[in-house]
Amino acid sequence: MNAPANTGSPGSLRLVSTLAIAGLLSGIAIIGIYESTLPTITLNKARELREAVFKVLPGVSQMQALVHRDGELVVVTSPDKDEPVIYGGHDEQGQFVGYAVPAAGPGFQDTIAILYGYKPSEKLVVGMEVLESRETPGLGDKIYKDAEWVAGFGALSIEPEIFAVKKGTRSQPNEIDAITGATISSKAVVRIINEAHAQWSALLPAPGSEPQFEAAGQAPTESGQ
Amino acid sequence: MKKNPSREELLKGIWRDNPVFVQVLGMCPMLAVTNSAINAVAMGMATFFVLVGSSFLVSTFRHLIPKQVRISCFIIIIATFVTIADYTLLALVPGVHKELGAFIPLIVANCLILGRQEAFASRYPTKLAVMDAIGMASGFVLALLSLGSVREILGDGALFGIKLFGENFEPWVIMILPPGGFLTLGVILLFFNWFKSKKDEFLEEVAAAQRSES
Repeated sequence: MNAPANTGSPGSLRLVSTLAIAGLLSGIAIIGIYESTLPTITLNKARELREAVFKVLPGVSQMQALVHRDGELVVVTSPDKDEPVIYGGHDEQGQFVGYAVPAAGPGFQDTIAILYGYKPSEKLVVGMEVLESRETPGLGDKIYKDAEWVAGFGALSIEPEIFAVKKGTRSQPNEIDAITGATISSKAVVRIINEAHAQWSALLPAPGSEPQFEAAGQAPTESGQ
Repeated sequence: MKKNPSREELLKGIWRDNPVFVQVLGMCPMLAVTNSAINAVAMGMATFFVLVGSSFLVSTFRHLIPKQVRISCFIIIIATFVTIADYTLLALVPGVHKELGAFIPLIVANCLILGRQEAFASRYPTKLAVMDAIGMASGFVLALLSLGSVREILGDGALFGIKLFGENFEPWVIMILPPGGFLTLGVILLFFNWFKSKKDEFLEEVAAAQRSES
Protein backbone atom coordinates (compact mmCIF):
# COMPACT_ATOMS: atom_id res chain seq x y z
CA MET A 1 0.00 0.00 0.00
CA ASN A 2 1.42 3.29 -0.98
CA ALA A 3 -1.24 5.37 0.77
CA PRO A 4 -0.26 7.99 3.33
CA ALA A 5 3.30 9.09 3.55
CA ASN A 6 4.03 7.01 6.64
CA THR A 7 6.42 4.16 6.08
CA GLY A 8 7.63 1.42 8.39
CA SER A 9 5.39 -0.24 10.90
CA PRO A 10 4.53 1.86 13.94
CA GLY A 11 3.90 0.10 17.24
CA SER A 12 0.40 -0.66 18.39
CA LEU A 13 0.71 2.02 21.09
CA ARG A 14 1.10 4.59 18.35
CA LEU A 15 -1.98 3.26 16.51
CA VAL A 16 -4.11 3.18 19.65
CA SER A 17 -3.03 6.62 20.80
CA THR A 18 -3.70 8.13 17.36
CA LEU A 19 -7.23 6.81 17.39
CA ALA A 20 -7.72 7.81 21.01
CA ILE A 21 -6.61 11.37 20.33
CA ALA A 22 -8.78 11.57 17.20
CA GLY A 23 -11.75 10.25 19.17
CA LEU A 24 -11.14 12.66 22.02
CA LEU A 25 -10.92 15.69 19.75
CA SER A 26 -13.99 14.54 17.87
CA GLY A 27 -15.88 14.13 21.14
CA ILE A 28 -14.94 17.62 22.27
CA ALA A 29 -16.06 19.09 18.93
CA ILE A 30 -19.38 17.25 19.08
CA ILE A 31 -20.09 18.32 22.66
CA GLY A 32 -19.24 21.88 21.67
CA ILE A 33 -21.66 21.96 18.75
CA TYR A 34 -24.36 20.17 20.76
CA GLU A 35 -24.13 22.64 23.63
CA SER A 36 -24.06 25.66 21.36
CA THR A 37 -27.05 24.64 19.22
CA LEU A 38 -29.22 23.14 21.98
CA PRO A 39 -30.86 26.43 23.09
CA THR A 40 -31.83 27.31 19.51
CA ILE A 41 -33.15 23.82 18.85
CA THR A 42 -35.23 23.78 22.05
CA LEU A 43 -36.55 27.24 21.22
CA ASN A 44 -37.47 26.18 17.68
CA LYS A 45 -39.33 23.13 18.94
CA ALA A 46 -41.20 25.14 21.56
CA ARG A 47 -42.15 27.76 18.97
CA GLU A 48 -43.30 25.12 16.51
CA LEU A 49 -45.48 23.50 19.15
CA ARG A 50 -46.90 26.86 20.21
CA GLU A 51 -47.72 27.81 16.63
CA ALA A 52 -49.32 24.43 16.05
CA VAL A 53 -51.49 24.76 19.17
CA PHE A 54 -52.67 28.23 18.14
CA LYS A 55 -53.41 26.92 14.67
CA VAL A 56 -55.58 24.00 15.74
CA LEU A 57 -57.44 26.01 18.36
CA PRO A 58 -58.70 29.21 16.72
CA GLY A 59 -59.12 32.10 19.15
CA VAL A 60 -56.52 30.85 21.58
CA SER A 61 -53.72 33.13 22.69
CA GLN A 62 -52.39 31.37 25.79
CA MET A 63 -51.64 27.77 26.50
CA GLN A 64 -50.53 25.50 29.30
CA ALA A 65 -49.38 21.91 29.41
CA LEU A 66 -51.67 19.45 31.18
CA VAL A 67 -51.08 15.91 32.33
CA HIS A 68 -53.38 13.35 33.86
CA ARG A 69 -52.28 12.47 37.40
CA ASP A 70 -54.27 10.73 40.14
CA GLY A 71 -57.56 10.96 38.31
CA GLU A 72 -57.47 14.61 37.36
CA LEU A 73 -55.82 16.97 34.92
CA VAL A 74 -53.07 19.03 36.47
CA VAL A 75 -51.09 21.91 35.08
CA VAL A 76 -47.39 21.21 34.73
CA THR A 77 -44.51 23.39 33.66
CA SER A 78 -42.18 20.62 32.55
CA PRO A 79 -43.90 17.31 31.97
CA ASP A 80 -41.96 14.11 32.62
CA LYS A 81 -40.60 12.33 29.62
CA ASP A 82 -42.95 9.63 28.28
CA GLU A 83 -45.87 11.17 30.09
CA PRO A 84 -48.75 11.92 27.73
CA VAL A 85 -49.35 15.65 27.62
CA ILE A 86 -52.20 17.69 26.22
CA TYR A 87 -52.37 21.43 25.99
CA GLY A 88 -55.15 23.58 27.36
CA GLY A 89 -55.83 26.61 25.19
CA HIS A 90 -57.22 29.80 26.72
CA ASP A 91 -58.28 33.09 25.15
CA GLU A 92 -56.99 36.52 26.18
CA GLN A 93 -59.31 36.73 29.19
CA GLY A 94 -58.05 33.36 30.39
CA GLN A 95 -61.28 31.62 29.42
CA PHE A 96 -60.87 27.98 28.48
CA VAL A 97 -61.35 27.33 24.77
CA GLY A 98 -60.29 23.77 24.12
CA TYR A 99 -57.62 21.14 24.23
CA ALA A 100 -54.83 20.58 21.76
CA VAL A 101 -54.07 16.88 21.77
CA PRO A 102 -50.88 15.43 20.29
CA ALA A 103 -51.33 11.97 18.84
CA ALA A 104 -49.34 9.60 16.72
CA GLY A 105 -49.87 6.38 14.87
CA PRO A 106 -48.77 4.36 11.87
CA GLY A 107 -49.29 5.93 8.45
CA PHE A 108 -48.50 4.59 5.01
CA GLN A 109 -44.72 4.84 5.36
CA ASP A 110 -43.88 5.74 8.92
CA THR A 111 -45.40 7.16 12.07
CA ILE A 112 -47.57 10.20 11.53
CA ALA A 113 -47.59 12.64 14.43
CA ILE A 114 -50.42 15.13 14.54
CA LEU A 115 -51.93 17.69 16.85
CA TYR A 116 -55.66 18.27 16.88
CA GLY A 117 -57.80 20.84 18.58
CA TYR A 118 -60.83 19.62 20.52
CA LYS A 119 -63.64 21.66 22.03
CA PRO A 120 -65.19 19.49 24.74
CA SER A 121 -68.27 21.70 25.21
CA GLU A 122 -69.38 21.08 21.62
CA LYS A 123 -67.63 17.73 21.15
CA LEU A 124 -66.03 19.13 18.03
CA VAL A 125 -62.64 18.76 16.45
CA VAL A 126 -61.73 22.30 15.44
CA GLY A 127 -58.37 21.90 13.76
CA MET A 128 -55.68 19.43 12.76
CA GLU A 129 -52.01 19.94 12.09
CA VAL A 130 -49.52 17.30 10.97
CA LEU A 131 -46.36 17.62 13.04
CA GLU A 132 -44.35 14.81 11.53
CA SER A 133 -44.86 12.57 8.55
CA ARG A 134 -42.88 10.74 5.92
CA GLU A 135 -45.84 10.09 3.65
CA THR A 136 -45.23 9.79 -0.09
CA PRO A 137 -44.41 13.17 -1.65
CA GLY A 138 -47.14 14.19 -4.05
CA LEU A 139 -49.68 11.70 -2.71
CA GLY A 140 -49.70 10.97 1.02
CA ASP A 141 -48.22 14.34 1.89
CA LYS A 142 -51.55 15.89 0.93
CA ILE A 143 -52.59 15.19 4.53
CA TYR A 144 -50.83 18.47 5.31
CA LYS A 145 -50.54 20.10 1.89
CA ASP A 146 -54.18 19.77 0.79
CA ALA A 147 -55.79 22.90 2.25
CA GLU A 148 -59.31 21.59 1.62
CA TRP A 149 -58.65 18.43 3.61
CA VAL A 150 -57.05 20.31 6.51
CA ALA A 151 -59.95 22.78 6.50
CA GLY A 152 -62.30 19.77 6.76
CA PHE A 153 -61.21 19.44 10.39
CA GLY A 154 -62.44 22.97 11.14
CA ALA A 155 -65.71 21.82 12.71
CA LEU A 156 -65.96 18.08 12.73
CA SER A 157 -68.12 16.16 15.12
CA ILE A 158 -66.30 13.34 16.85
CA GLU A 159 -69.36 11.60 18.32
CA PRO A 160 -69.17 8.63 18.26
CA GLU A 161 -66.13 8.85 15.99
CA ILE A 162 -64.92 10.37 12.73
CA PHE A 163 -65.39 8.52 9.48
CA ALA A 164 -63.37 9.13 6.33
CA VAL A 165 -65.68 8.76 3.34
CA LYS A 166 -65.13 8.83 -0.41
CA LYS A 167 -64.57 12.34 -1.69
CA GLY A 168 -67.81 14.21 -2.29
CA THR A 169 -70.04 11.85 -0.31
CA ARG A 170 -69.84 13.64 3.05
CA SER A 171 -73.34 13.85 4.53
CA GLN A 172 -72.95 13.60 8.33
CA PRO A 173 -71.25 16.08 10.68
CA ASN A 174 -68.82 13.35 11.73
CA GLU A 175 -67.73 12.50 8.20
CA ILE A 176 -64.79 13.92 6.29
CA ASP A 177 -63.92 13.55 2.62
CA ALA A 178 -60.85 11.34 2.24
CA ILE A 179 -58.15 12.57 -0.16
CA THR A 180 -58.20 11.00 -3.60
CA GLY A 181 -54.88 9.21 -4.09
CA ALA A 182 -54.07 9.30 -0.40
CA THR A 183 -56.80 7.12 1.07
CA ILE A 184 -54.50 5.20 3.39
CA SER A 185 -52.84 8.33 4.73
CA SER A 186 -56.10 10.19 5.24
CA LYS A 187 -57.73 7.20 6.93
CA ALA A 188 -54.62 6.91 9.13
CA VAL A 189 -55.04 10.51 10.31
CA VAL A 190 -58.70 9.89 11.12
CA ARG A 191 -57.84 6.68 12.96
CA ILE A 192 -55.11 8.42 14.98
CA ILE A 193 -57.58 11.11 16.08
CA ASN A 194 -60.26 8.55 16.95
CA GLU A 195 -57.84 6.46 19.00
CA ALA A 196 -56.45 9.45 20.86
CA HIS A 197 -59.97 10.70 21.50
CA ALA A 198 -61.09 7.34 22.85
CA GLN A 199 -58.10 7.33 25.15
CA TRP A 200 -58.48 10.89 26.41
CA SER A 201 -62.23 11.40 26.53
CA ALA A 202 -62.53 9.31 29.70
CA LEU A 203 -59.76 11.28 31.37
CA LEU A 204 -61.02 14.78 30.60
CA PRO A 205 -63.09 16.58 33.24
CA ALA A 206 -66.70 17.49 32.52
CA PRO A 207 -67.04 20.53 30.24
CA GLY A 208 -66.91 23.69 32.35
CA SER A 209 -64.60 22.32 35.02
CA GLU A 210 -61.37 22.45 33.05
CA PRO A 211 -58.21 23.50 34.87
CA GLN A 212 -57.95 27.28 35.29
CA PHE A 213 -55.27 29.11 33.44
CA GLU A 214 -52.23 29.62 35.65
CA ALA A 215 -50.06 32.50 34.57
CA ALA A 216 -46.97 30.82 35.97
CA GLY A 217 -47.81 27.66 34.11
CA GLN A 218 -47.00 29.12 30.73
CA ALA A 219 -43.58 27.57 30.59
CA PRO A 220 -42.06 25.69 28.85
CA THR A 221 -43.85 26.83 25.74
CA GLU A 222 -43.78 30.52 26.58
CA SER A 223 -40.06 30.61 25.86
CA GLY A 224 -40.86 30.78 22.18
CA GLN A 225 -41.68 34.47 22.35
CA MET B 1 -4.37 26.35 -17.29
CA LYS B 2 -2.21 23.27 -16.84
CA LYS B 3 0.47 25.45 -15.29
CA ASN B 4 -1.67 26.25 -12.28
CA PRO B 5 -2.13 22.97 -10.40
CA SER B 6 -4.51 24.23 -7.73
CA ARG B 7 -6.81 25.71 -10.34
CA GLU B 8 -6.67 22.47 -12.27
CA GLU B 9 -7.66 20.53 -9.13
CA LEU B 10 -10.51 22.94 -8.54
CA LEU B 11 -11.94 22.70 -12.04
CA LYS B 12 -11.66 18.98 -12.66
CA GLY B 13 -14.32 18.12 -10.08
CA ILE B 14 -16.87 20.48 -11.57
CA TRP B 15 -16.89 19.09 -15.10
CA ARG B 16 -14.30 16.59 -16.32
CA ASP B 17 -14.33 14.33 -13.25
CA ASN B 18 -17.73 15.36 -11.93
CA PRO B 19 -18.29 13.05 -8.93
CA VAL B 20 -21.86 12.24 -9.88
CA PHE B 21 -22.09 12.37 -13.65
CA VAL B 22 -18.65 10.99 -14.49
CA GLN B 23 -17.49 9.01 -11.45
CA VAL B 24 -21.06 7.99 -10.51
CA LEU B 25 -20.37 8.32 -6.77
CA GLY B 26 -22.69 9.38 -3.98
CA MET B 27 -25.77 7.90 -5.64
CA CYS B 28 -27.69 7.36 -2.42
CA PRO B 29 -28.20 11.01 -1.43
CA MET B 30 -28.29 11.89 -5.12
CA LEU B 31 -31.41 9.86 -5.76
CA ALA B 32 -33.02 10.20 -2.37
CA VAL B 33 -33.11 13.90 -1.57
CA THR B 34 -33.31 15.57 -4.96
CA ASN B 35 -37.11 15.74 -5.05
CA SER B 36 -36.94 19.50 -4.66
CA ALA B 37 -34.32 22.11 -5.41
CA ILE B 38 -34.13 23.39 -1.83
CA ASN B 39 -33.49 19.90 -0.43
CA ALA B 40 -30.82 19.37 -3.06
CA VAL B 41 -29.08 22.61 -2.13
CA ALA B 42 -29.21 21.87 1.61
CA MET B 43 -27.84 18.38 1.06
CA GLY B 44 -25.19 19.76 -1.30
CA MET B 45 -24.07 22.43 1.14
CA ALA B 46 -23.86 19.94 4.01
CA THR B 47 -21.75 17.62 1.87
CA PHE B 48 -19.64 20.56 0.72
CA PHE B 49 -18.89 21.53 4.31
CA VAL B 50 -18.06 17.96 5.34
CA LEU B 51 -15.89 17.25 2.31
CA VAL B 52 -13.86 20.47 2.47
CA GLY B 53 -13.45 20.26 6.25
CA SER B 54 -12.38 16.62 6.21
CA SER B 55 -10.00 17.09 3.29
CA PHE B 56 -8.36 20.00 5.07
CA LEU B 57 -7.82 18.03 8.29
CA VAL B 58 -6.80 14.78 6.62
CA SER B 59 -4.31 16.55 4.39
CA THR B 60 -2.88 18.63 7.25
CA PHE B 61 -2.35 15.60 9.49
CA ARG B 62 -1.48 13.15 6.72
CA HIS B 63 2.03 12.61 8.10
CA LEU B 64 0.75 11.99 11.63
CA ILE B 65 -1.83 9.34 10.80
CA PRO B 66 -0.33 5.83 10.62
CA LYS B 67 -1.50 4.12 7.46
CA GLN B 68 -2.85 1.10 9.35
CA VAL B 69 -5.53 3.16 11.06
CA ARG B 70 -6.05 5.79 8.38
CA ILE B 71 -9.55 4.68 7.36
CA SER B 72 -10.75 4.78 10.98
CA CYS B 73 -9.22 8.23 11.39
CA PHE B 74 -10.90 9.46 8.19
CA ILE B 75 -14.24 8.14 9.41
CA ILE B 76 -13.83 9.83 12.82
CA ILE B 77 -13.01 13.13 11.12
CA ILE B 78 -15.87 12.82 8.62
CA ALA B 79 -18.37 11.76 11.28
CA THR B 80 -17.44 14.75 13.42
CA PHE B 81 -18.08 17.15 10.57
CA VAL B 82 -21.34 15.40 9.73
CA THR B 83 -22.54 15.77 13.32
CA ILE B 84 -21.66 19.45 13.26
CA ALA B 85 -23.57 19.88 9.99
CA ASP B 86 -26.50 17.90 11.40
CA TYR B 87 -26.91 20.08 14.50
CA THR B 88 -26.29 23.30 12.59
CA LEU B 89 -29.04 22.49 10.07
CA LEU B 90 -31.38 21.43 12.88
CA ALA B 91 -30.82 24.77 14.64
CA LEU B 92 -30.89 27.04 11.59
CA VAL B 93 -33.34 25.43 9.15
CA PRO B 94 -35.45 22.89 11.07
CA GLY B 95 -37.88 22.53 8.16
CA VAL B 96 -35.22 21.46 5.69
CA HIS B 97 -33.61 19.23 8.30
CA LYS B 98 -36.94 17.46 8.73
CA GLU B 99 -37.23 16.85 4.98
CA LEU B 100 -33.70 15.46 4.67
CA GLY B 101 -34.22 13.26 7.71
CA ALA B 102 -31.85 10.31 7.93
CA PHE B 103 -29.83 11.39 4.91
CA ILE B 104 -27.83 13.97 6.85
CA PRO B 105 -26.23 11.39 9.21
CA LEU B 106 -25.79 9.15 6.16
CA ILE B 107 -23.35 11.65 4.63
CA VAL B 108 -20.78 9.70 6.67
CA ALA B 109 -21.31 6.78 4.32
CA ASN B 110 -21.06 8.85 1.15
CA CYS B 111 -18.30 7.13 -0.78
CA LEU B 112 -17.45 10.40 -2.53
CA ILE B 113 -16.12 11.84 0.73
CA LEU B 114 -14.15 8.82 1.92
CA GLY B 115 -12.94 8.30 -1.64
CA ARG B 116 -11.47 11.81 -1.87
CA GLN B 117 -9.71 11.38 1.50
CA GLU B 118 -8.13 8.10 0.44
CA ALA B 119 -7.37 9.00 -3.16
CA PHE B 120 -6.36 12.62 -2.81
CA ALA B 121 -6.30 14.42 0.54
CA SER B 122 -4.06 11.85 2.26
CA ARG B 123 -1.41 12.15 -0.47
CA TYR B 124 -1.28 15.81 -1.42
CA PRO B 125 -0.43 19.10 0.30
CA THR B 126 -3.20 20.93 2.11
CA LYS B 127 -3.69 23.63 -0.48
CA LEU B 128 -4.21 21.18 -3.32
CA ALA B 129 -6.40 18.95 -1.16
CA VAL B 130 -8.70 21.83 -0.24
CA MET B 131 -8.88 22.92 -3.88
CA ASP B 132 -9.73 19.37 -4.93
CA ALA B 133 -12.39 19.14 -2.21
CA ILE B 134 -13.96 22.47 -3.20
CA GLY B 135 -14.03 21.38 -6.84
CA MET B 136 -15.50 17.96 -6.14
CA ALA B 137 -18.03 19.35 -3.68
CA SER B 138 -19.10 22.07 -6.13
CA GLY B 139 -19.53 19.42 -8.79
CA PHE B 140 -21.69 17.46 -6.36
CA VAL B 141 -23.77 20.53 -5.48
CA LEU B 142 -24.28 21.34 -9.17
CA ALA B 143 -25.29 17.76 -9.92
CA LEU B 144 -27.76 17.66 -7.03
CA LEU B 145 -29.15 21.05 -7.99
CA SER B 146 -29.66 20.14 -11.64
CA LEU B 147 -31.41 16.91 -10.71
CA GLY B 148 -33.47 18.59 -7.99
CA SER B 149 -34.53 21.45 -10.27
CA VAL B 150 -35.60 19.15 -13.11
CA ARG B 151 -37.56 16.94 -10.75
CA GLU B 152 -39.23 19.80 -8.92
CA ILE B 153 -40.18 21.61 -12.13
CA LEU B 154 -41.66 18.50 -13.73
CA GLY B 155 -43.09 16.92 -10.61
CA ASP B 156 -44.44 19.94 -8.80
CA GLY B 157 -44.45 22.74 -11.38
CA ALA B 158 -42.27 24.84 -9.10
CA LEU B 159 -38.68 25.81 -8.46
CA PHE B 160 -37.48 26.54 -4.89
CA GLY B 161 -41.13 26.38 -3.93
CA ILE B 162 -42.18 29.15 -6.35
CA LYS B 163 -44.92 28.02 -8.71
CA LEU B 164 -43.80 28.44 -12.31
CA PHE B 165 -46.96 27.51 -14.16
CA GLY B 166 -50.60 28.39 -13.87
CA GLU B 167 -53.35 26.45 -12.18
CA ASN B 168 -53.75 24.16 -15.18
CA PHE B 169 -50.35 22.54 -14.72
CA GLU B 170 -50.79 18.86 -14.03
CA PRO B 171 -47.81 17.75 -11.91
CA TRP B 172 -45.96 14.71 -13.15
CA VAL B 173 -45.97 13.14 -9.71
CA ILE B 174 -43.66 10.26 -10.63
CA MET B 175 -40.81 12.74 -10.99
CA ILE B 176 -40.71 13.56 -7.27
CA LEU B 177 -41.13 9.90 -6.33
CA PRO B 178 -38.07 7.62 -6.30
CA PRO B 179 -38.49 6.39 -9.92
CA GLY B 180 -38.24 10.00 -11.10
CA GLY B 181 -34.75 10.18 -9.63
CA PHE B 182 -33.62 7.19 -11.64
CA LEU B 183 -35.27 8.50 -14.82
CA THR B 184 -33.73 11.95 -14.55
CA LEU B 185 -30.32 10.63 -13.59
CA GLY B 186 -30.45 8.16 -16.48
CA VAL B 187 -31.20 10.90 -18.99
CA ILE B 188 -28.43 13.14 -17.65
CA LEU B 189 -25.89 10.29 -17.67
CA LEU B 190 -26.95 9.50 -21.21
CA PHE B 191 -26.17 13.08 -22.19
CA PHE B 192 -22.77 13.01 -20.46
CA ASN B 193 -21.76 9.76 -22.15
CA TRP B 194 -22.97 11.00 -25.52
CA PHE B 195 -21.02 14.20 -25.03
CA LYS B 196 -17.91 12.29 -24.04
CA SER B 197 -18.04 9.97 -27.06
CA LYS B 198 -18.61 12.95 -29.39
CA LYS B 199 -15.64 14.69 -27.83
CA ASP B 200 -13.43 11.61 -28.22
CA GLU B 201 -14.50 11.28 -31.86
CA PHE B 202 -13.72 14.92 -32.45
CA LEU B 203 -10.29 14.62 -30.83
CA GLU B 204 -9.52 11.56 -32.95
CA GLU B 205 -10.52 13.41 -36.10
CA VAL B 206 -8.28 16.32 -35.17
CA ALA B 207 -5.40 13.93 -34.49
CA ALA B 208 -5.98 12.14 -37.79
CA ALA B 209 -6.08 15.46 -39.65
CA GLN B 210 -2.82 16.51 -38.02
CA ARG B 211 -1.18 13.21 -38.95
CA SER B 212 -2.22 13.49 -42.61
CA GLU B 213 -0.97 17.04 -42.76
CA SER B 214 2.50 16.25 -41.47
